[in-house]
Amino acid sequence: MIPVTVIDYKAGNLTSVVKALNYLGADVTVTDRAEEVKAASRVILPGVGHFAATSRLDETEVTDALREVIARGVPFLGICVGMQWLLSGSMEATGQPGLGYFQGWCERFPEGSEKVPHVGWDHILTRTTPASRLFAGVEQDEFVYYTHSYYVPTTILRNGLSQRPGENPIAASTNYIKTFAAAVEHENVMGVQFHPEKSSAAGLRVLKNFLEF
Amino acid sequence: MLTKRIIACLDVRSGRVVKGVQFLDLIDAGDPAELAKRHATAGADEIVLLDITATHEGRGTLLDTVRRTAKELFIPFTVGGGIRSAEEAAAVFDAGADKVSINSAAIAHPELIDAIGRSFGAQAVIVAIDARRVAGRPVNEAEVFVSGGRTRTGRRVTEWAHEAEARGAGEILLTSMDADGTRAGFDCELTAMVSEAVEIPVIASGGAGSAEHFAHVFQAGKAHAALAASIFHFGIADVRALKQELAQLGVAMRLPC
Repeated sequence: MIPVTVIDYKAGNLTSVVKALNYLGADVTVTDRAEEVKAASRVILPGVGHFAATSRLDETEVTDALREVIARGVPFLGICVGMQWLLSGSMEATGQPGLGYFQGWCERFPEGSEKVPHVGWDHILTRTTPASRLFAGVEQDEFVYYTHSYYVPTTILRNGLSQRPGENPIAASTNYIKTFAAAVEHENVMGVQFHPEKSSAAGLRVLKNFLEF
Repeated sequence: MLTKRIIACLDVRSGRVVKGVQFLDLIDAGDPAELAKRHATAGADEIVLLDITATHEGRGTLLDTVRRTAKELFIPFTVGGGIRSAEEAAAVFDAGADKVSINSAAIAHPELIDAIGRSFGAQAVIVAIDARRVAGRPVNEAEVFVSGGRTRTGRRVTEWAHEAEARGAGEILLTSMDADGTRAGFDCELTAMVSEAVEIPVIASGGAGSAEHFAHVFQAGKAHAALAASIFHFGIADVRALKQELAQLGVAMRLPC
């Protein structure tokens, strides 16, 4: 059984994520305590809801604990708001900083041409050079389930790196109104905008790849 | 490209899926967990479980049913029917639902929409609207009904859809009571009216009988998703066959391998 720590920051419902991880045979610990996060060997930061809810991570010192484990090489996966939190911040709550692991800001889809929020099953195009580890075994053009109004732009960067292959953190993209980051991946830090726990076989494969990372 | 969603709906009473024939006799259509899994395997994009158990003692059974159904379901799962408070919604989420659908309780206490949205996110709240046209009057005078369609509210459909959106509903599930059960097609005019009035996605319901009906409600009706119950039961039209036919009709579909 692969141990994985799921962070509870009292924003939304963790049942589906925990259920999918249990189904994949993981040994799941759900916590909101910094001490437990520091001891984690694999971390998932889920999230449905408002970016402002991540302020709780700062208050409980989980942010510092996460910065520490990420620096140590512990695999990290952010889901939805959990991925957005890896950026400098979000236009959804400009006063609340993100972790700043990637430089850039989450933006809101412009209204007009299509419905906002973006809800439903949409295609992903995954990175091929270098191949994404998170999407190993996932077909190109596979469908995943989204529900969000804010997105991570494909222009984000990791400290001092460029958009060249091998440095670009975008692991997959989707086009809805504009092309946005469906997933990011840099060393041990990963994030997905879609909900792998709700994306049928393709989503379970992404979670399994993370558990085996 | 964002695909149109096909949602399979299971009407559940006392832990069993039931199917109404001419709104009266309910026949047993099987185990909810088993049917949900079968629909998901066949390519359903979401599952909605509507509890039609009227009695209070049935609520415990519902949570158990939700738990069993959610256990091996890895697509979005909505539960509705009789949810009257944020606490009841929380129990349903805890049992494994991703979204709740609220109807009569939202009309009686609209602030319930805000309350559930605050705790679980707007994406988790579907406001279900049962709409009936007024005979001889234009579609924009269609009215909202509650309590399983038995009670008139006197509210107009678009006006209520607007309020639901403003309070933070993530989607609207629009059922045409006039079309429901007829298998003669969705009410595309009504669906388009609501879809044009709100920014959030609209799920069309009531009247599904053929693949052409779905194509029509996605195109002329501007629906983002469509829901059907009875046509999927007993294998009459399986989700896979329906989606293949829709793809051939030019509707963007997620086709399972």
